[in-house]
Amino acid sequence: METRSAQNECLARNDELVRPTNTIQVSGDRTLKQNRIRQVRDTLFFLIAGGLSSCFVLLIVLLLIADLTFTSTREFGNALMKPEIQAAFVLTMLSCTAAAVMSLWVATPLGYLLSRFRFPGKHIVDTLVDIPIVLPPLVLGLSLLILFHQPFPFSKWFFPNSNWELENWLREDMGFPFSFRWPAVVLAQFAVSCAFAIRTMRVTFDQIHPRAEDVARTLGCTRGQAFLLIALPQAWKGMIAATMIAWARALGEFGPIMVFAGTTRFRTEVLSTTVFLELSVGRLDAAVAVSLLMVGMAVIVLLVLRWIGATLSS
Amino acid sequence: MIELIDVAIRIGDFSLNKISLRVEDGQYAVLMGKTGSGKTTILEAICGLRRVQSGRIMIDGQDVTRWAPADRNIGYVPQDLALFPSLSVKEHLEFGMRLRRMSSGHIAKKSQELANWLEISHLMARKPKGLSGGESQRVALGRAIAFGPALLLLDEPLSALDAATRVSVQGLLREVNKRTGISVLHVTHNQEEADSLADTCIRMQ
Repeated sequence: METRSAQNECLARNDELVRPTNTIQVSGDRTLKQNRIRQVRDTLFFLIAGGLSSCFVLLIVLLLIADLTFTSTREFGNALMKPEIQAAFVLTMLSCTAAAVMSLWVATPLGYLLSRFRFPGKHIVDTLVDIPIVLPPLVLGLSLLILFHQPFPFSKWFFPNSNWELENWLREDMGFPFSFRWPAVVLAQFAVSCAFAIRTMRVTFDQIHPRAEDVARTLGCTRGQAFLLIALPQAWKGMIAATMIAWARALGEFGPIMVFAGTTRFRTEVLSTTVFLELSVGRLDAAVAVSLLMVGMAVIVLLVLRWIGATLSS
Repeated sequence: MIELIDVAIRIGDFSLNKISLRVEDGQYAVLMGKTGSGKTTILEAICGLRRVQSGRIMIDGQDVTRWAPADRNIGYVPQDLALFPSLSVKEHLEFGMRLRRMSSGHIAKKSQELANWLEISHLMARKPKGLSGGESQRVALGRAIAFGPALLLLDEPLSALDAATRVSVQGLLREVNKRTGISVLHVTHNQEEADSLADTCIRMQ
C-alpha cells in the first residue's frame, strides 16, 4: 500500500510538471482536418468576382472585334487616304499635343500649390478645377461660346455703356479670330484635359515628401528654387503621366469642339468630329476606319502610361 | 550664439509656451525631452520652417524671428535626413555653397575636403538611394555644414543607427563641433547620448 501511494504521489507530481497550473488549454482536439467546404467557397468567390469582372472586359473585347470585322484592310486604307481625314489626323495630333503641353504648364504649378500650401479659398479652387471633369461636355462648349460672344462679364460694371466682347477684341484689335478656328479646338480640348492633368500632378506632389524642400530652404533656397531644384526633378514621371492623360482626354474631346469650333472640313475637323461627320452622311465604313485609328492611338497612349507606372513603382 | 526668448508655438491643439534657451558660440548643447514633447517643433521654429506665435529668436544678437529660413545661416539635419533623391552625394555637399554663389574652385576644394573628412569620397557619384544608414547620416551632415553655418541643428541623429555606427557617428558629431567651431543643438530622448556629447544639457519639462 505504501509503495502504491508513493507511486501515486509521483504520478501526481509528474502530472503537475506536464501541465503547470498557469497553462491555458485552448482546444482538446488536436487532429488536423481539411475543410472542403472552405475550399469550395473560395472557388465560388473567384467564380463570382471573375464572372462579374468579365462582363466589362468581354464588352470591350466584343466592341473591338465588331469594329474590326466591320471593316476590311482595303476600306481602312481607302478611308485613311482621304485628304479630309488626313487633315483631321494632322489637326488632331497638333491640337492634342498643344493642349497637353499647355495643360502641363498650368497643372504643374497649380498641382504643387494645391498639394503644398493652405491658402484662403483653397477649397473653392479645388472644386472649380474639378468642374470640367463633371460638367457635360456640351455645356462646357456652350459656356465657351457664350464667354467669347457675349459682352464680357463685369465689363458693364466698370464701363457702363461698353459692349466689350472677347471674340471681337481678339479678331479686330489683335487680328487673331478665335471661334470656329483651330485655336478654339485647342482651347476646348485644354479646358477638359487640363483638369485631369491637375489631378495627376496634385497626386504626384502629394506623394513627394515636402521635408526635402524644407531642408533645401534652410540651405539657402527660395520657395521657387526649392520647387525647381528639389520637387520638380522628383516629379518628372508624374509630369509624363499628366501629359499623356491630358493628351488622351484631348483626343476623345468632341462636344465642346462641335459647339465652340464647329466641324468645318480642313479647318476645325478633328478625328472625333470626323467620326460624327462620316456617320451623319451615312459613310459607316469611313466612320469605323477612323474609330479604329483612334482606338490604335488610345492603346498606344495607354501602353506608354502603363510602362511609366511600372517604372514609377519599381 | 543662439537664443530663444519666451517663444510660443501653436500647431492645432498642440502648443508650446514660454520656451527660453541659449546656446553659446562653439557649444554642444543637447535638448532632451520625451517623445511628442515638441522637440522637433522647436528645431523647425529655429530654422524658420514653423511660425512662432510670440517671443523672439536671436542669432548672434540679431532678431531673426520673422526671417526666411534661407537667411538664417543654419544647418539642419532632420530625423529622416530628407536627402535629395535626384542629386548625387557630391551635389548634396555643394548645394548650399552653390546657392551662395561661391566660386567653383572653392566649392570643389571644400566639398572634396569635407568628403575626405566624412569618409564619403568614394560615394561622391552615388545617389542617396541604396546608401547605408551611417553613410546617409554623413551625407546629411556634410550637406548641413558645407556652407559654413553658424549653428547646426540635429534631430535625433543617432536614433536610426545600429550600435557600431552609432559610436562612430557620435565621435564624428563631437569632432564636427570641435573642428569647425559650429555651435550644435542636438535633440534626443536618450540620456547616454546626452551624457557623452553635451557641454550643456537642456531638459524640457
